[in-house]
Amino acid sequence: MRENLSFLAHDDFPSLLATVQAAGYHTIGPQLRDGTIIFDTLNSVDQLPKGIHDQQAPGSYRLEKSDSPRLFAWANGPQAIKPFLFTPREVLWRSQRSETGELSFSTGEPEVKPTAIIGVRPCDIAALYLQDKHFLQQEKVDPYYKKRREQLLLIAVNCTHPAKTCFCASSGDGPQAHYGFDIALTELDDGFLLEAHNQRGGELLEKLAAQPATEAQQQHAEQALTHAAEQQTRQLPGQNLNEALFKNLQHPQWQKIADRCLGCGNCTAVCPTCFCHSEGELAALDGQSSEHYREWDSCFSPGHSYIHGITIRPDTRTQYRQWMTHKLGSWHAQYGRSGCVGCGRCISWCPVGIDLTAEAAIICGEDNKNE
Amino acid sequence: MSNPYLPLEAEIIERIQESPGLFTLRLRLTDPTQQAAYTFKPGQFNMLYLHGVGEVAISIVSDPQDEQIIDHTIRAVGRVTHGIEQLKRGDRIGLRGPYGNGWPMARAEQKDVVVITGGLGCAPVVSVIEYVARRRERFGHLNIVQGVKHSSDFIWRERYDNWRQLADTQVLLAADAGEPIWPWHIGRVTDLFEQLRFNPTQVMVVMCGPEGMMKVVVKNMLERGVSEDDLYLSMERNMHCGIGHCGHCQYGDKFICRDGPIFTYAEIKSLFKVKGF
Repeated sequence: MRENLSFLAHDDFPSLLATVQAAGYHTIGPQLRDGTIIFDTLNSVDQLPKGIHDQQAPGSYRLEKSDSPRLFAWANGPQAIKPFLFTPREVLWRSQRSETGELSFSTGEPEVKPTAIIGVRPCDIAALYLQDKHFLQQEKVDPYYKKRREQLLLIAVNCTHPAKTCFCASSGDGPQAHYGFDIALTELDDGFLLEAHNQRGGELLEKLAAQPATEAQQQHAEQALTHAAEQQTRQLPGQNLNEALFKNLQHPQWQKIADRCLGCGNCTAVCPTCFCHSEGELAALDGQSSEHYREWDSCFSPGHSYIHGITIRPDTRTQYRQWMTHKLGSWHAQYGRSGCVGCGRCISWCPVGIDLTAEAAIICGEDNKNE
Repeated sequence: MSNPYLPLEAEIIERIQESPGLFTLRLRLTDPTQQAAYTFKPGQFNMLYLHGVGEVAISIVSDPQDEQIIDHTIRAVGRVTHGIEQLKRGDRIGLRGPYGNGWPMARAEQKDVVVITGGLGCAPVVSVIEYVARRRERFGHLNIVQGVKHSSDFIWRERYDNWRQLADTQVLLAADAGEPIWPWHIGRVTDLFEQLRFNPTQVMVVMCGPEGMMKVVVKNMLERGVSEDDLYLSMERNMHCGIGHCGHCQYGDKFICRDGPIFTYAEIKSLFKVKGF
């Protein structure tokens, strides 16, 4: 276990939120809405989903309530932290036409306040790092994403209650956070173990009335995280999926998936790493001003591959194949690792319960046997 | 930090109607400092913006040495290009770029050059031909091959006539169907390949057009002993951002807007024959 861990009782937890708010951060955290747990502005710890547990399975997500004092005894809901950096819809710039026809362009770059997200899971931190690679670690940097990213403070919660759809242990992205956070929490029955990952996190923790963690508390946390990893049954095939998937582009399973897949794009909407977006135009009625915006797009939309009269991927078979070969395959070449962080959202939120891990195993089956 | 999404204002200096539905816009950035700083390579493209309608990716057809003017030849096929078609000289447009890698012209020096286009895919390779024409002594034999469906689709007859006059250059034209006055080959563009003159080990083959046509060219060239690394294809996919962010133009692990649009056959051969990428 790590050194310098401290312990904060559940009763003292409001002081963490208060300290972060006092340091000038807008605070965001998990809360119940519409039968799910989502992230939104968090003014009080009373909004946190106390005693809430989730039951997830392919195509299924249900919440239950118990008397447990725990605030984070659940696995991720449909929403990652992606919308707080790569927003679902935003204005990129505005065009203004003068009376005499000249055009001027002004940026829609947002004013961003320092923002703290409390309750971020390790899989979503891994996804954040992948989005950083896509939007920031490029010759052309995305200024909208960058502005939000620079203002972000992350308070992670290690996962002690994975869902049946989770497979972060096999993807190497959880259940414990090892990077990318300022403070990490591990929840026990009576409170939290706190770990500062950097100076900024350490300075915040110094202001709390936290006690040094005992040996027993650290052991409990360690056992809980080991158990959380052991509980996970799903995993992706172990071989080089970039090679294996592109070797099997004509596999009959693609059509079998397409026979079930509705092409709804839920998987891409809940995926914390999907970055595709379309650009669009909203002209004012006077014709003089116009907004150029972007919004999330999905490779399951026929328009995604449209070019002058031709749709390159007109059917669900080729659309699903694009989604999986990219997510699990070509991401490796693009960004040095899989585009999947094992969060399992695409499995839970698929209306027909298509299981990415099972389908990948079938498609790469021959290679599995060779191993 | 400059915002790579933000267009610059450009003025239409001249508008040329090439054929019905096909037109060339000659553009200049209205800010002289921006125009002076603007440089590009043959084969690169710009995102052009029509006020209130949207953006579209269009190849640059002028020569990099023409520092004062940026030419785009555009076919009106979609919402944005139909709108741009209505613009006149003096109208303003948004422009950002240049994007893409461009043709690697330095690699072709001292080599023979074969330019093959089919359908209406000529625009992206005009810059190659003009580049070679202006620096004729630095390249070997120049072959220009253009195939069209119908002879009436053929544009730039004058330009082809001028190219025909260049030293050590042959121009081969074919139409699948043609009027009686069409003086060149009636039939497939591939019928003309026998007439090509080049050294297979010292050649740069550039092609642009429908992928079906490019597949035939690739097959033919490989049979003649041209290396996969000397076959260059100009690829096209849906593009919204032009800078590798929006994801539409992904081709396996490549972003066509950023890593392309020019690829050697060696780079893309694993997906080139698969439908759906």
